[in-house]
Amino acid sequence: MIPIVNAIIYILLAPIIGGLVAGIDRKVTARMQGRVGPPLLQPFYDVGKLFEKETVVVTISQNFHVLSYLVFMAVSGALFFSGGDFLLVIFAFTLSHIFLVLGAYSSYSPYSHVGAERELIQIIAYEPMIILTAVGMYLVTQSFNISDIIASSVPVIMYLPGVFVGYLMVLTIKLRKSPFDLSTSHHAHQEIVKGVTTDFSGPNLAKIEIAHWYEYVVLLGVVYLFFGFNPIIAIAAIIIAYFLEIVIDNTFSRAKWQMTLKTAWLIAGAIGIVNLATLYYLRGGVWL
Amino acid sequence: MTYLSKSPWILHYDASSCNGCDIEVLAALTPVYDVERFGIVNTGNPKHADVFLITGGINSQNVEIVKNLYEQMPNPKVVVAIGICAASGGVFRECYNVSGGIDTVIPVDVYVPGCAARPESIIDGVVTALGILEQKKLAMNVNPGTGKKSPGET
Repeated sequence: MIPIVNAIIYILLAPIIGGLVAGIDRKVTARMQGRVGPPLLQPFYDVGKLFEKETVVVTISQNFHVLSYLVFMAVSGALFFSGGDFLLVIFAFTLSHIFLVLGAYSSYSPYSHVGAERELIQIIAYEPMIILTAVGMYLVTQSFNISDIIASSVPVIMYLPGVFVGYLMVLTIKLRKSPFDLSTSHHAHQEIVKGVTTDFSGPNLAKIEIAHWYEYVVLLGVVYLFFGFNPIIAIAAIIIAYFLEIVIDNTFSRAKWQMTLKTAWLIAGAIGIVNLATLYYLRGGVWL
Repeated sequence: MTYLSKSPWILHYDASSCNGCDIEVLAALTPVYDVERFGIVNTGNPKHADVFLITGGINSQNVEIVKNLYEQMPNPKVVVAIGICAASGGVFRECYNVSGGIDTVIPVDVYVPGCAARPESIIDGVVTALGILEQKKLAMNVNPGTGKKSPGET
């Protein structure tokens, strides 16, 4: 299929898939806690409700930042699914989060500011590992283009097991799962009110939620790349990886930001870089 | 039917309650009653909330806080006064520092009686409040200008 069609399909379908993933997540979480849990379509009801609410804006620039967060997240995913450059995907992805941080900084609430600072710390924590993932993919498939990575018959996971483990760890931060849900959380933890989303309400909060659904699909798409040689194994891997994230979410208490930063960098350094260095050594010291 | 009644997010505030009603409010959120079945989530943030659950008789120190929380909630919104102190001041009614009921400070939509209110009646009160929330939304659609303030609000 031509790339532009893929991009359009992503933009149309990703919110539906992401919302369903969020719904399944809440249902499974409830079952793990011995509850019945909300209906599967609950995330869609939530977003529908938020659009029905009055628009309360603390500062006008909020609107721009939230819209940019949503648009750049969609652009990042569209680049990914149209087989674009992995590095460009990462840049658009980071840029969209910077807009979320700016949006939180543009309000006057101290909770919002603490949330924004923690969001920045999270970006610092996960970014090295995401870049290492892209570099690892390049080393194995000799291309940064998603279309080439997906087309290659090389079992990427066999070459990059360490990078995959590191990526899973980073996924916990990105999905706002429990040891690392510092900046805001889907659960009822309230020590910094709602962190980065404190001063967003109604339609703006709904846009953040939709951007988050787009993000789910991109992040799980990267898991697919590791297993691109066999789509069935890849989809099984996505399901297992996500289930693992829910288990981690329900078994850990929240970590401090220092620990988040240390663990993220330690795992990125110890497992990710060692993995890449071993690959480099086995190739006879040649960057392909 | 709007989405509002499928996803009511609550804000819980203790306006000088003895904690009896608060414990029952939180009990409704535990796995035993599991109000998340109905999409009810306890947000700690007035800007995300649709239903304001408030306990206690409001003393002179938290009058301003209650007003502030109420004003920060985006429309449409409903207030549920939980327990007899929230309804009328209860046994603290005659105290020099107690306002005597939530409706002396902000407009109340549903009163849940009891000392302490039982989780079942709190859930019943919230479900009643959802009907009122729907009506307020419909009123906002008919008259967008008037939706900015609830009836009775000054």
